[in-house]
Amino acid sequence: MKLINRRRRFLRNTLALTGAALVGGCDRLSETDWAPKVLDSATTLSHAAQRVLSRNAMAREYTEADISPVFRPNGSTDPQSSAYRTLAANGFRDYRLEVGGLVAHPLSLSLDALRALPGRTQITRHDCVEGWSVIGQWTGVQLSRVLDLARPVAAARFVVFRCFDVMDDGNEYYESLGFDDAYHPQTILAWALNGQPVPIPNGAPLRLRVERQLGYKMAKYLRRIELVSTFGDIEGGKGGYWEDQGYQWYAGI
Amino acid sequence: MASLPEEAIPAQPAAVDMPSSGTVRRMIYRHTLPLRIMHWINAVCLLILLGSGLQIFNAHPALYWGQRSHFERPWLSLHAQRGPDGQLRGVTQIGSRRFDTTGWFGVSKVAGQPMARGFPAWATIPGPQWLAMGRAWHFFFAWIFVINGVCFVAYALWTRHLTRDLIPTRADWRGIGRSIIEHALLKHPKGEAALRYNVLQRIAYLVVIFVFGGGVVLMGLAMSPRMDSVLGWLVDAVGGRQSARSIHFLFAMGFVAFFLIHIFEVIVTGLGNNLRSIITGRYAITTEVRDEADQ
Repeated sequence: MKLINRRRRFLRNTLALTGAALVGGCDRLSETDWAPKVLDSATTLSHAAQRVLSRNAMAREYTEADISPVFRPNGSTDPQSSAYRTLAANGFRDYRLEVGGLVAHPLSLSLDALRALPGRTQITRHDCVEGWSVIGQWTGVQLSRVLDLARPVAAARFVVFRCFDVMDDGNEYYESLGFDDAYHPQTILAWALNGQPVPIPNGAPLRLRVERQLGYKMAKYLRRIELVSTFGDIEGGKGGYWEDQGYQWYAGI
Repeated sequence: MASLPEEAIPAQPAAVDMPSSGTVRRMIYRHTLPLRIMHWINAVCLLILLGSGLQIFNAHPALYWGQRSHFERPWLSLHAQRGPDGQLRGVTQIGSRRFDTTGWFGVSKVAGQPMARGFPAWATIPGPQWLAMGRAWHFFFAWIFVINGVCFVAYALWTRHLTRDLIPTRADWRGIGRSIIEHALLKHPKGEAALRYNVLQRIAYLVVIFVFGGGVVLMGLAMSPRMDSVLGWLVDAVGGRQSARSIHFLFAMGFVAFFLIHIFEVIVTGLGNNLRSIITGRYAITTEVRDEADQ
């Protein structure tokens, strides 16, 4: 009986200690400088493996019957900057998308100019990093066509997207893509959702769609596209607003 | 009567080596070093994958069937609701049934304060709500889990551990009824018979390795938007990405169920002996010996 009690106590203590050590240990490691870097090395591996396995494959496209009744917005849903409010008040007639940085031909494109370019319509699934999915129909111009017009110079390696929305911490939203995703046929600058101009909660007047990555890569309220050789000197240096908060730059998983 | 302190108990004759009442204890080398190492790597991976997985789940603590989220009808949801008294109540909704699970699911205390969260902080890695860090832990240990799993299967095939010890024999299948009864009565084989895995054990190990293990990895991949560009057939086969997320969760719960049964069996069949055998490889069996003097 005594032995059983002792064993029971031993087991209970072991379980409690293991649990506490595991959760407590993981918590403490999460706060160090080095452990998250080690953990994130797995994302580099995932990116490399997924690039080899899926190359330029197309994201699944759905039918109209699959479209979500409401395309759930997340993050910013109503930017308050005066520049954005002014544009919105005028139905975005004065909107211009600036394309600059390491390009031979900087551009300033109105919505009409963007709509005049060959378009693409796709019904795709939007996966939020939180875990939920919605399906919507997006219409826009392939980013590759805009880049072809701007002609990136040889030193350019990343496409950075600057946005109108200012986050709670006072920083502007931004994102970045490598050229493989930037030139993917389904990567578009979308001006229409489900056949209507993109609503403000979903990123009016123009948002990015990168169909093989998670929602936070798909910058809304696009203001300016910049080609750069490195994003290390932009904002927090991690290539995006959420990346600066610790999220992975590669969001294909 | 006050119990004696441990040191005061008179020394017993060493039962390990001395045959008493016609039995002898022998040490058998049971688990090879590679298997022991892989077992413990797997154990650490599963615990961290579970904790970090629950952390990721907590970012949107609801599950759906289909390609997309039908937000109005999750089949499982752990959410918070403010009661008439103004207090937060944790609600677990399964289908249309609702249960008050305050303190466990939906609402639990973080630093003494009731908070809306799916699974409680003590079960998630990291403890506080921190999705980005949960993902970092999850994907790192997912790679180790997969590599370790592939090594295990290769090793089990190479050494015939799989065919010899894990796949039930015809005799095993015939004895399945008896084995179920024995398990229900907590009667476990002793002596030499304890050295070979019984049929329920074999089935459980095979299901856990190939169905849960293989399934949880495939369903994880089916949630990756990048992998979906080449795994569309798999996503569709299970009914969609949100179904894949649900099944991934259910496989994880399958691992939890296996873990609880595994720990239970480890305890009832001799905690010390089992622990020693999975750490050092040495497993003690007790066999009957015919005492010459009895003749």
